[in-house]
Order: sequence, then C-alpha cells, then structure tokens
Amino acid sequence: MQGAYEKIPVLKIGDFLITSIQVALHDRLALGLQDDILAKIQETNAKGLIIDVTAIDVLDSFITRILVEIAKMANIMGVKTVLVGMQPAIAITLVEFGMELTGIETALNLEKGLELLEKISQEEYGDI
Amino acid sequence: MPDMEETIPIKDEYDIVTARSAGKTIASSTGFGLVDQTRISTAISELARNILRYAGTGTVYVRQVTADGRNGIEVVAGDQGPGIANLDLAMTDGHTTGGGLGAGLPGTKRLMDDFEIDTEVGRGTIVTTRKWVQ
Ligand SMILES: Nc1ncnc2c1ncn2[C@@H]1O[C@H](COP(=O)(O)OP(=O)(O)OP(=O)(O)O)[C@@H](O)[C@H]1O
Ligand SMILES: [Mg+2]
Repeated sequence: MQGAYEKIPVLKIGDFLITSIQVALHDRLALGLQDDILAKIQETNAKGLIIDVTAIDVLDSFITRILVEIAKMANIMGVKTVLVGMQPAIAITLVEFGMELTGIETALNLEKGLELLEKISQEEYGDI
Repeated sequence: MPDMEETIPIKDEYDIVTARSAGKTIASSTGFGLVDQTRISTAISELARNILRYAGTGTVYVRQVTADGRNGIEVVAGDQGPGIANLDLAMTDGHTTGGGLGAGLPGTKRLMDDFEIDTEVGRGTIVTTRKWVQ
C-alpha cells in the first residue's frame, strides 16, 4: 500500500533534533511525524527542534496546523522549534490564506536555524 | 491552448496530494508563476479536504480555460454529500462544523479570482473557482 512504511527521519545532532521533510506530506505522514518528534524529545532531552521545509512546495491548513501543534507541544516539553527553508511562495500564500504560524520561529536556512536555536538555548539554559 | 485537464476522484488523503500536484502541473503549463501555482494548489488542497471531511467522497476537476483572451485555470470540486445549510456562515472566517479552523472556504476565495458555490442540503456541493494569468 502506498506510503504504508513511509516515515520521516528525526535525527539528533548535538543538543538538537533535526527533521527534514523531503516528501509530499499527506495527513498520516504528518501525524506520524508529530508522534515521532514528541517521542524523540522525551527520549533524548533535546533542547531544540529544527523542521526543514525547504522541499515542501505546498502547505495547506491541515499540515500547517500540525506544524503549529508540534511546536506548541515541543514548547510545553521545554523545546523550542525553528522552521527553516520555507519557500517565499508558501509564506505569501499562508498569509493571504489567513493561516498563521503562531509560536514557531522561522529562519532562512538550516545554518541560520541552528544559530537561532543556539542563541535561544543559551538564553534559556545559560550554558555557554 | 485550453487542453490540459485532469479529473481526480477524492476518496482518501492520498488523493488530496494527487489533486494538488496535478493542479500545480496544470497551473505551471498555463503560465502561472510560482506564487500563483502555490495559491492554486493550496486552494485545491482545501477543497479536496472539505470533500473528504464532509462528504466522504467526490471529485476534483482541474482544467485550463480561456476567456477574453486570458488564460486561466478552473477548479471544480464536487460531491454528493450533505450540502451546506448556511452558506453565509460557511464563508465566514472561523466558522466550522468539522472541528477545523473554518479557514478553508474564505481562505480559498482570497487565493483565487472567481469563486462560486452551488449547494443543496441533502444533495451535495459544487465549488467552482478560477484564477487568471495576469
Ligand atoms: N463539501 C462540503 N460539504 C458539506 N459541507 C461543507 C463542505 N465544505 C465546507 N462545508 C461546511 O462549511 C464549513 C466551512 O468550511 P471551511 O473549509 O471554511 O472550514 P473547515 O473545513 O470547518 O475548517 P478548515 O478548512 O479551516 O480546516 C465547514 O465547517 C462545513 O460545515
Ligand atoms: Mg475546510
């Protein structure tokens, strides 16, 4: 069956979790990603989360809602989320449509996202 | 030039992905830029999701159109579901009967140029929407 074994990998690098969405996100995949990320946060004591959406060419309200929810739950667990690589066309469409990425930090690319997380976690945890 | 068309039956969540990427392909060959392609495929995604959520099954029909020398794309999302009892309410930002954000229809209208809904309780809903290349 299509997509039955699909999974989006969530990697731990240093103090941070990084996931890069490289396939067309359908609902179940997005929900699976949400579960995986929350489980990984619990397992690893990560301090930050980066979701790389560079390869995503369409976001609809459902997927956007899941991304916002992931960030919200991660935040409750003490983990800050940064969304990186959003295509300008998607950002424009989201605003016009009326969807908001409330509670999610964004950065231009992975490198900038990591810098931002480093900064945030230094402020939060005070570790240098 | 109006010759590309695609009919996508909507019966599960994978069909939403199929519909929006078919829309994107047709939009791109119609001459829409990247932002418009994204607007159109987001609109298709919302309409297909409404079909799935409220009617269970239905069809998304995407085709190239021309009028007054302009090229455009038309998306018709049809189902034989419960219909919409109060259309004004359904078109209001924030109104939902399905536990959503109630952003789908009003948001779609903002993303597209033309937007019409034909609906009858107990018979179904047809949303017709178009966008024109500037
Ligand atoms: N195809 C349809 N058949 C029957 N009712 C529909 C259909 N599409 C929309 N509706 C009704 O119109 C309302 C508004 O739809 P809209 O897409 O704007 O918001 P939503 O689906 O409730 O939430 P969201 O799209 O933000 O997840 C729905 O709650 C539903 O009651
Ligand atoms: Mg909807």
